Amino acid sequence: MKHLDSRKYTALLIVILAVLCLLAASIGRYSMNPADVLRALYTKAKGIEGNRTMENVLFLVRIPRILAAVFVGAALSLSGAIYQGIFKNPLVSPDLLGVSSGACVGAAVAILLGFNLAWTQVFAFFGGIMAVNLAVMLARVLRNTSNIVLVLSGIIISGLMGSILGVLKFIADPETELSSIVYWQMGSIAGVNLKQVFAVMPLMITAMVIMLLLSWRINIMSFGEQEAKSLGINVVLLRGIAIICASLLTASAVSISGTIGWIGLVIPHLGRILVGPDNTKLFPVTLLQGAIFLLLIDTISRVATSVEIPLSILTGLIGAPFYAYILWERKTKLT
Amino acid sequence: MKIEVRNLSFAYSNNRMIFTDISFDIEPGKIICILGPNGAGKSTLLNCIANMLVPVAGEVLIDGVSTRRMQLREVARAISYVPQIVIPAFDFSVLEYVVTGCAPRMGTFERPKAEHYEIAWQAIRLLRIEHLAEKPYTEISGGERQQVCIARAIAQQPAVILLDEPTAHLDYGNQIKVLKTISDLARRGYGIVMTTHNPDHVLLLNAQIGVIDRQGQMTFGSCAEIMREDYLQNLYETNLRILSIEELDRTICAVPNLNLGVGGSNDD
Repeated sequence: MKHLDSRKYTALLIVILAVLCLLAASIGRYSMNPADVLRALYTKAKGIEGNRTMENVLFLVRIPRILAAVFVGAALSLSGAIYQGIFKNPLVSPDLLGVSSGACVGAAVAILLGFNLAWTQVFAFFGGIMAVNLAVMLARVLRNTSNIVLVLSGIIISGLMGSILGVLKFIADPETELSSIVYWQMGSIAGVNLKQVFAVMPLMITAMVIMLLLSWRINIMSFGEQEAKSLGINVVLLRGIAIICASLLTASAVSISGTIGWIGLVIPHLGRILVGPDNTKLFPVTLLQGAIFLLLIDTISRVATSVEIPLSILTGLIGAPFYAYILWERKTKLT
Repeated sequence: MKIEVRNLSFAYSNNRMIFTDISFDIEPGKIICILGPNGAGKSTLLNCIANMLVPVAGEVLIDGVSTRRMQLREVARAISYVPQIVIPAFDFSVLEYVVTGCAPRMGTFERPKAEHYEIAWQAIRLLRIEHLAEKPYTEISGGERQQVCIARAIAQQPAVILLDEPTAHLDYGNQIKVLKTISDLARRGYGIVMTTHNPDHVLLLNAQIGVIDRQGQMTFGSCAEIMREDYLQNLYETNLRILSIEELDRTICAVPNLNLGVGGSNDD
């Protein structure tokens, strides 16, 4: 299949994202005119007195949520593309190294200890990072630096974390704590505030920039360790940097949104179909598509019904059939 | 550029030695074939020369400097490595694949520019595979893939090209095509080291030979020195013959009719 001109497509995605941000800021229970939104942004920037209600809705509710959706979507998608390149396997996702399940365990521990939301996020972040470290350490203990062993270690750690989470749920108070854990697992950015978003943004942006700069080298990694090494690439170092960046992206995202599945698997795939496997094109495209996708989903979940549907349910309902469609479409290439 | 292999020995951690004390020189325009039974460590030797495995003893010198003291990137500018058939996970185009050969000469954050694509095109033209350039690397045949891998090795602009069983898994026509390419590369001044299971290839290429035996010792010599019937019969435990065939204008290595006691040691 012929690929799109990636430059034009990237530009198009930027325009779509900008328009969607504006629309998402405008619509909702308190409906605004997009022009009013722009005016409110302008008055806020200039420090002029504006419409108080409008500003409150925008800056305390909608903009934090939009930023969260954009960054969480972008981070999860990009980390998926990175893992797929590094493990030269188009079927792996951020859940792979146990990041998501580790973050769940961290969050569940915080909930059981009665900590507030901010601490839950901190625990989730470190739970995710801890799980990756365990997976990488396990691979090292197995004295094998190959990709497949790392993937297997990730599966082992994920399984372990899943069981620990089960224990935590089992001992949780079914009236209060259990529902918090389950709700957290389903993913939501409904309650997010600017402080939380700003706390993870620097980390996310740094990881994104590093990976965009290294994107061509990830191409070479995806040919295999031996080939990359013979081209003079320090495989252990580059893979280490990539795994750290991807895991930071996932853990940061999960820490403010809970676990949101499917994005990291489906969005990079869609990008690969549209612009091809070259990561110098794929990474920016994946980033933007992920941001657009999650912002769209979150806005739908916010606007469509009176009760907010948890994000993971929507991403699964859309992502799973879409992924099945992709596999059916490209069935010849997966053998 | 002179590349010297000096007293290389290799063992995987805590295990028996794969090979010991291997020395030879790789010279521009010369082909060296590494022969030996399965598991004798032919590929391991190539990996050691390419600095991808660290030998337990000995070293490889590039213009007198040990690769132990060089970065991977510096070694990759002198030595390129063509692995056995690679099955890629993503459908990069052949051109995108070949241009990665420029990586050792590029900065860490650099992306290929026009000059790098020009180097890739030169390599593609050298192998006469222009028609493949835009095709996905996943959708070409095994023989074509071998040519593409060699093109990438050339884009690396090395002094020496190592090929790990370049004729394995190829049909007869493609085997000969690869051998022609290799002989052409030697004529252009590249030093070549390749592993093979077919002694006749050594004769076709008129190559120098290093034979690794089951004890991990290497016997190194010219075609004339090593390619003798008694030596090869012993090595392969097979009743093979080396004959000069006038119609072919060359010496061949072949086995007689299968009913004439192949596996000559049976008689003992």
